[in-house]
Amino acid sequence: MDFTLTDEQRLLRDTLRDFVTREVSPEAGELDRRSEFPGRAVRRLAEMGLLGMAIPEAYGGAGLDAAGSAIAIEEIARGSAALAVTVSVTNAVCAGPIVRYGTEDQKGRYLPRLARGEILGGFSLTEPDSGSDAAHLRTRAIRDGDFYSLTGEKAWVTNVQVGHLFVVLAATNADQGARGLTAFLVERDFPGFSFAKIEDKMGLRSSLTGGLHLQDCRVPALNRLGEEGQGFKIAMSTLDAARIGIAAQSVGIARGALEEALAFAKQRKAFGQPISQFQAIQFMLADMATSIEAARVLVHRAAQLRDRKDVPFTREASMAKLFASEMVNRVAYQAVQIHGAYGYSREFPVERFARDARVTTIYEGTSEIQRLVIARKLLESVSTR
Amino acid sequence: MRLEPTPEQLAIRDMVRDFAAREIAPVAAHHDRTREFPIENVRKCAELNLMGVMVSEEHGGSGLDAVSYTLVIEELSRACASTGVIVSVNNSLFCHPVETFGSEEQKRRFLAPHARGEKIGCFCLSEPEAGSDAGNQQTTAFHEDGGYVLNGTKNFITNGVAADTALVFATTDRSKKHHGISAFLVEKGTAGFRFGKDEVKLGITCSGSVEMVFEDCRVPASNLLGEEGMGFKIAMNTLDGGRIGIAAQAVGIARACLEEATRYARQRKAFGRPIAEFQAIQFMLADMATEVDAARLLTHRAAWAKDQGGRFSLEAAQAKLFASEVAMRSAVKAVQIFGGYGYMNEYPVERYFRDAKITEIYEGTSEIQRLVIAANLLRD
Repeated sequence: MDFTLTDEQRLLRDTLRDFVTREVSPEAGELDRRSEFPGRAVRRLAEMGLLGMAIPEAYGGAGLDAAGSAIAIEEIARGSAALAVTVSVTNAVCAGPIVRYGTEDQKGRYLPRLARGEILGGFSLTEPDSGSDAAHLRTRAIRDGDFYSLTGEKAWVTNVQVGHLFVVLAATNADQGARGLTAFLVERDFPGFSFAKIEDKMGLRSSLTGGLHLQDCRVPALNRLGEEGQGFKIAMSTLDAARIGIAAQSVGIARGALEEALAFAKQRKAFGQPISQFQAIQFMLADMATSIEAARVLVHRAAQLRDRKDVPFTREASMAKLFASEMVNRVAYQAVQIHGAYGYSREFPVERFARDARVTTIYEGTSEIQRLVIARKLLESVSTR
Repeated sequence: MRLEPTPEQLAIRDMVRDFAAREIAPVAAHHDRTREFPIENVRKCAELNLMGVMVSEEHGGSGLDAVSYTLVIEELSRACASTGVIVSVNNSLFCHPVETFGSEEQKRRFLAPHARGEKIGCFCLSEPEAGSDAGNQQTTAFHEDGGYVLNGTKNFITNGVAADTALVFATTDRSKKHHGISAFLVEKGTAGFRFGKDEVKLGITCSGSVEMVFEDCRVPASNLLGEEGMGFKIAMNTLDGGRIGIAAQAVGIARACLEEATRYARQRKAFGRPIAEFQAIQFMLADMATEVDAARLLTHRAAWAKDQGGRFSLEAAQAKLFASEVAMRSAVKAVQIFGGYGYMNEYPVERYFRDAKITEIYEGTSEIQRLVIAANLLRD
């Protein structure tokens, strides 16, 4: 048993912590207010070789394992949850399935460009009428010689407008439900592809989210990811991995909120003393810190299991995602409470943290879906651990 | 980073898991009802060398690490929370301070027989008027004839009725407050040392809690543990480690709640199907399972930090706070899943519910843990 980070992991953490403090946190509030994409920070991460953090080194990425990625995403989210999700999506749900299911041709065409930051990626499963119930997609893909023709509406896609490549799930056989889904690598320049409107969101305002409009979109058969009918499996295994990233993002936001709350509580005075001297405030801080640690160990456990590659980690990823996302909502709320009226104003970052936290219990599998996954695994096992 | 226990640690866990299922669980309800101290459980634990898990082999212990210790306490508590705390008190609150602060002679006289489980130890800090505010000790120890004379009352003393040796805290110099407290090893049968009232409790009913009264109780100077005035430091150091044991006990209780509730939900039918098929039940089970895992990981993290030899007060407080509250929440949910049966002592969850509550109170209440954690945060 060993709870310490390796030297490499510590170096990664310290490098990113420093970068985030100097370059990400100072601009995050303004970008949020303007709903502006953090393009400069994305380019800086690419220069540092960390934009494609989970892409294998052979394809120009940093080759981080899941534990390393979790550490990195936590650090980035401490300054900007929007930047963290941009990076997490590019790596975990766009590059990730290409690494695992792509042909050599597909890897060679896309992974180096994603790693260098020439292109950003996204993942598109959700539709206006199909979120948690992901097996029932309306988007259709019809084979036409060396091409597939995709038609349908996709919703809530991260990295729209700025993204060039999207892993899109569509039904190649509508009668077979989940078994009739297939994954495609769709470029924004393919005929019949367009972006729908950008969503006006509560939080993660500088991450761009919106719909994809596919009208007889011509996708070369060479861009089919995996086999026909393998799409649902690809999507679910991708989400298992991505959930660890969202859990890490949650821990990072919570840490940002705790650090702000601590700093504020030490300097804000009431009734003649810093409010950090009052038990009411101390107890909130203690609960925040404890639940952050609990979430982080769940995240690291899930990541480390995934890195073993020979054991299932679905249940542990769901536990990490469920706990961390629920945790960050409580922690961000408490950070606002400690700030009082200042916490409700955009002058202090906790207002942004509270808005950013909200989506973590929703995307990449709602808390309700995580509980279903965990309960299913629990009830499947003969003797519970 | 490697968060799983080692194969050696897992082997100890599995051994204790089998033992607890075979020997401890079947008698747990009986002892809960009768409130009889389970002395035969202690004897059996002694045969497996579980009474001095972390004590060096030289002094009669098993010489294992703190992580292994948490696995032992979790498994025992899964079967019987009273047995869990009985073993935990002998290990953490008696053997640990004697090994850490005792003279060679004290280790020979007191440590080895307790580590081997031939004798049972207890820890006497709480008083009727001094719980969380442990520095406010009213029990006094005055010098007389080269020894000490103790006067005062201690209460809520786990293992008290069965204890052969008590580690007793008393003030040798009230003017120095915390720094005037000293620790003494007092043997059963010492004149002026008697039991006060039996403590009838909500849960962990058979852990032998009792009030202890000291009336002109003479203790030789050779029974002073550490130096005069070191008592508060000894108590706080001891409780840091004790909290890891209680966190492990809480994880054991929470796991018992989860496992029994899962088993029941699979077989109990309502509206034509097992209640495990309803989302309302599934979600309770999922939340319990997630929190149990988080609590166990925090407990292992604290034990691991202790094993590294540095400071671990923060980690221990976080583990104890989180795990104890998880035990209570899990117990509430388990009773709810059992419905009316959960309220009956025919099923064990009723006992788990009563047992869980104490974990939020003893060896530092949740409120004390939060103060410890906040002090650590604000110090940085």
